[in-house]
Amino acid sequence: MLRADRLGRARAMHAVFALLLVVVAVASLGVGATGLGLGDMLRPIAGGAPLSDIERVVLFDIRLPRLLTGIIVGAALAASGAVLQGLFRNPLADPGIIGVSAGAGLGAIVVIVLGGTVAFVPAGPFAVPMAAFLGAWGTTFGLYRVATRGVRTSVATMLLAGIAVAALVGAISGLLIFVANDQQLRDLTFWGLGSLAGASWIKLGATVPVILAATTLACTLGRALNALALGEATAAHVGFAVERVKTLAILSVALGTGAAVAISGGIGFVGIVVPHLLRLATGPDHRALILNSALCGAALLVAADVVARVIVAPTELPIGIVTAVIGAPVFLWILLRQHRWVEG
Amino acid sequence: MSLEARDIHVWLGSREVLHGVDLSAAAGTLTCIVGPNGSGKTTLLRAVTGDVGYSGSVTLNGSDTRRLRPWQLAAIRAVLPQAATLAFPFTVAEVVRIGLQAGQEGDHAEIVGAALGRVGLAGYAARAFHELSGGEQQRVQLARVLAQVWEPVAEGAPRWLFLDEPVSSLDVGHQIEVLQLARDFADAGGGVVAVMHDLNLSAMFCDRMTCLAKGAIVATGTPAEVMSDTTLSRAYGCTVRVNRTPGNGVPFMLPQAIGG
Repeated sequence: MLRADRLGRARAMHAVFALLLVVVAVASLGVGATGLGLGDMLRPIAGGAPLSDIERVVLFDIRLPRLLTGIIVGAALAASGAVLQGLFRNPLADPGIIGVSAGAGLGAIVVIVLGGTVAFVPAGPFAVPMAAFLGAWGTTFGLYRVATRGVRTSVATMLLAGIAVAALVGAISGLLIFVANDQQLRDLTFWGLGSLAGASWIKLGATVPVILAATTLACTLGRALNALALGEATAAHVGFAVERVKTLAILSVALGTGAAVAISGGIGFVGIVVPHLLRLATGPDHRALILNSALCGAALLVAADVVARVIVAPTELPIGIVTAVIGAPVFLWILLRQHRWVEG
Repeated sequence: MSLEARDIHVWLGSREVLHGVDLSAAAGTLTCIVGPNGSGKTTLLRAVTGDVGYSGSVTLNGSDTRRLRPWQLAAIRAVLPQAATLAFPFTVAEVVRIGLQAGQEGDHAEIVGAALGRVGLAGYAARAFHELSGGEQQRVQLARVLAQVWEPVAEGAPRWLFLDEPVSSLDVGHQIEVLQLARDFADAGGGVVAVMHDLNLSAMFCDRMTCLAKGAIVATGTPAEVMSDTTLSRAYGCTVRVNRTPGNGVPFMLPQAIGG
C-alpha cells in the first residue's frame, strides 16, 4: 500500500533534497550583478586563464558567503518550524510564536534608531545582528520563565504570553519608529523584509556554529516529537522525559531562528510552508521531517535569493518579499485543502 | 510482584478529590476501578500513573515509581488514556509503532500487525488514523499500548496495562473482545488495572473490584463482594438491586431494577 513505509521513503528523500540543494547552490554561484557565470568559474579548472582579482572577490567574498548564509538561514528557519510545530502540536506554529521574531525585531530597531546616539547603544555593521540575537534570546527566555511553574512548562501559556509580549514589543518598536528619521525608517523597513546581502565570512563564522548546533539538536528530537503528537501524558508513558524534550526543543528553536533572524532579518513563511509541504509529501514522522525540512528550507531560500537578485537586476529585491509572495499563496492553498488537519 | 498505592491524596486546585485511597493489584489479575461520575476513578488512575501530582506512595514491582525514569517505566507498563488525540496525520501502523518502540521488544514490525489483529483491526495498518471512527481510534490506541508491553512477562517480571475506560466508545461485541484481551494479558502473568464505567462487564471479566465514591473507597474485593445492594446503593446514591446469572453466579444489575 501507498503509506506502508513512509519513513523509509522519507529518509530516502534526504539524498534527493541534498542533491536539489547542490543544484540550486551551483546555480546561485553562477548568477549575479557582475555577469560572472559558471563558465568563467570553471575556466581555470579547464586549463584556461586563472580568475582575475575582481572575479575572485565576486566569487569568494560576495557570492560564496551569501550562498552559505542562504543555506544556514533556510535550514535553521525550516528545521525550527518543524520542531516548533511538533512541540505545539499544531501545523500552524511559527517561530514568531515563542517571541523570537518580536525580540529580534526590537533589538534591531533599538540599534538602528538609537545606535551611536544614546549611551550604551552601539552602532556599526555588527551591532544590528548582535542586538537582534540578544533580543530574540531575551524574549524567548522571558516567555519560557513565564510559562514554567516548578518543573512544568505550559506550552499553551507560552503561546498566550507570546502574543502579549509581541504586542508589548510592537508598542515599544512603534515608539522608536515614531522618533526615527527617514533614513532610519528605510533601514528598518528593509531589515524587516530580510536580505542576504549583508553576508560576510565574519558573520558566517559567528552564526554557523550556532545554527549547526541548533539543527543537530533539532534532528535528535524526532522520536520524542512523534510521541508528543499523542499528547504530553502519553509521550511520558512511552518513555520520554517530556519536560526535558520541551526545554531542548525551545532551546534549539531559539538558537536557530535567533541566529538566522540576526544575520538575515525577517524572512517569513519558510518555517511554516516547508515542513507543511513535506508532511503532505512524505508523512509527518519527525525523524525524517526535520532533516528534510532543513535541506528543503536551505534550497528554497537559496532559490528565492537567486530570484531576488535576478528579477530586478542590477539591483535586488529584499528576499522576504520573494518568500512571502511564494509562501502566502501556497499557505492559503494548503489551508483550503487540508483544513481538517488544522483542527487537530 | 504487584502494584501498591498507599494513602493517595490528590488536590486539583484547592479541592481535594482523593482522600487517602489505597489500591493494590497483583500481577496475573485484572482489577477494575468503578464508581459514579466524579468519584475520582480516573484521578486515581492518573495519580498511580504519575499524570497528576499526589501525596502518598506508589510502588510497581517493588520499585517506587517516582524514582524510575520515564523510559524505565515505559519498559514495564503501558497506559491507555481516556481520550487520545493525535496532532499530525499519522497512519495506524505509525501510531502503533510509537508504542512498540517504547517497550523492550525492539522494532519487530510483525508485532504491529499482531497487535492490530488482537483489537480486530487487521488490515488497517496503512489507514490514516484521522479517517477512522471514534471506536476504531480507541482500539488503535489500545493496540499501541499492547505493542508496548507485548510480552505480559519480561525478564521474570510482570508488565502492566493501565486502561482508562477502554471500552467506553465501543459496541458490545468489541467491548467483550477488548476485555477478553485484558483478561488474557492477566492470565498470561501480566497485571491489568482498568477504570470501568460498566459494572456488568467489569463483573464478567475482573478478579478484583474497587468501588470509589466522593474520592474515597466504598468497597474493595471480588466482584461478588463489592456488588451488593447496600454497597452499590450507597456508592451511586440510588437504590440498586443486584442479581446473579443462573449458571456461574456472576453479579449483574439492570437499570430496570433500580429504584422502587
